[in-house]
Amino acid sequence: MNAAATAGAAGPLDVSIAAKAFTGADGARVEVVRDLQFAMPSGCFGALIGPSGCGKTTVLRMIAGLDADFDGTIARPGRGRLAMVFQEPALLPWRTVDENIRLCMDAAGVEGRGLDAMLGMLGLAGHRARFPSELSLGLARRVALARAFIVEPDLLLLDEPFVSLDEATARRLRAELAALHAATRPTTLMVTHDVEEALLLCDRLFVLGGTPASVVHVMDVTVPREDRTDEVVAALRRDLAEARSSHG
Amino acid sequence: MTILRYRLLLPLASALAFIGLWVVASSLAGPRLLPGPLSVVTAMLEGVRTGTLVGDLAATLSRTAAAFVLAMGFGSALGYALGRRPLLDRFVDPWIVLLLNLPALVVIILIYVWFGLTEAAAVAAVAINKLPNTVVVVREGARALDPALDDVARVFRFGTARRLRHVVVPQLAPYLMAAARSGLSLVWKIVLIVELLGRSNGIGFALGNAFQLFDVSAILANALAFVLVMLLIETLVVQPLERRSNRWRRRPA
Repeated sequence: MNAAATAGAAGPLDVSIAAKAFTGADGARVEVVRDLQFAMPSGCFGALIGPSGCGKTTVLRMIAGLDADFDGTIARPGRGRLAMVFQEPALLPWRTVDENIRLCMDAAGVEGRGLDAMLGMLGLAGHRARFPSELSLGLARRVALARAFIVEPDLLLLDEPFVSLDEATARRLRAELAALHAATRPTTLMVTHDVEEALLLCDRLFVLGGTPASVVHVMDVTVPREDRTDEVVAALRRDLAEARSSHG
Repeated sequence: MTILRYRLLLPLASALAFIGLWVVASSLAGPRLLPGPLSVVTAMLEGVRTGTLVGDLAATLSRTAAAFVLAMGFGSALGYALGRRPLLDRFVDPWIVLLLNLPALVVIILIYVWFGLTEAAAVAAVAINKLPNTVVVVREGARALDPALDDVARVFRFGTARRLRHVVVPQLAPYLMAAARSGLSLVWKIVLIVELLGRSNGIGFALGNAFQLFDVSAILANALAFVLVMLLIETLVVQPLERRSNRWRRRPA
């Protein structure tokens, strides 16, 4: 949507976490991640997948800089400007749709020339003066997407962005996300427990597993995104399962 | 019609009933112990004409405003810090409990003894009395801040000013309003004591004089004048502010 967005966003995302532990309620250290490594080139759309509770969101929060309590290094692409879509839309309830988006634009120092077009594409044009409490969950999630893309991030993080939506709405939102990503191609990492969702949207899948968690499998999806029909996704899913079982 | 009935007629009926009761009580107790509304209003008008009431009112109001701003400012900052930092809270909390339970009169006397009967001492004594109350209320608000919105501010690099204005203060607004409301009424009552004990003007000083002269009309006139001013502040300042900060909660169906 913004041609300028791709300019400075060079450099890979390079994640190398030696260890991450939480202190439990009884004071014992519980190690949740060990020797977790993966990398993505600039402009890549990656997915962290794995069963619920395997540490995906923990890893994403470390990459976002929201959790600095770990051993390891994380190199973020470009100038390191971040955007994130959270599991909940996390909009400021006391600010309108427009104000919510503009706040992030102002903080990032972007002009947001593509804003009108982006809001039109997401079907938000008529909702700009509304407060978040007046929006459906689907609309609120779209605002969260718009807020994330409009800041022209070097790294976009998505934490289960379509969880608890009905399937039809989730489908539409996935298509809109794909279109937004295709327009500006920020380096993007999505956490999801939905393998089909990852296969439909992403270029590269990182499968997390084990306790403590690490990357147990990496899969590149080379089929162009527009060709990924239900049948293709189903075939890709079989490939993934086969590759993982042959891995051991 | 229903709106008119509830918003105008009921308060009006309530005010009339109050005045009626006052007249009856006055005629039972006699005008010396409890002067009727008319003589109190006359005393008020007389005070306005000579300027003493206006001058005292202005002195008390400016002390109230100064002490209120100080207590709200420092109290909010400290309350926020304590709500966000559990270790600091554990250290400071006993002092807050001490201050909360220290009688207002003790604080006023000590401050006057230590710092003299000055304007600054008077205002400080009132502010210190209100401070712990603000701290406790705002601390509760700071503890209830939504961590998810904090994450948003961090990821999108809001910076301190933007985060405070758009993320923190709106969440604290109900707590700040509660502290301000109870604070305003508390502060002006304590200002009167401070004036009675150590100032030579203000409503408190005037009440002290009236007490010594057994002038119940003057006592009631002063009290009524100040209550009216505070009511005005409540309706013209506090309530519109509250409506404004709650604007986003209203949702058309």
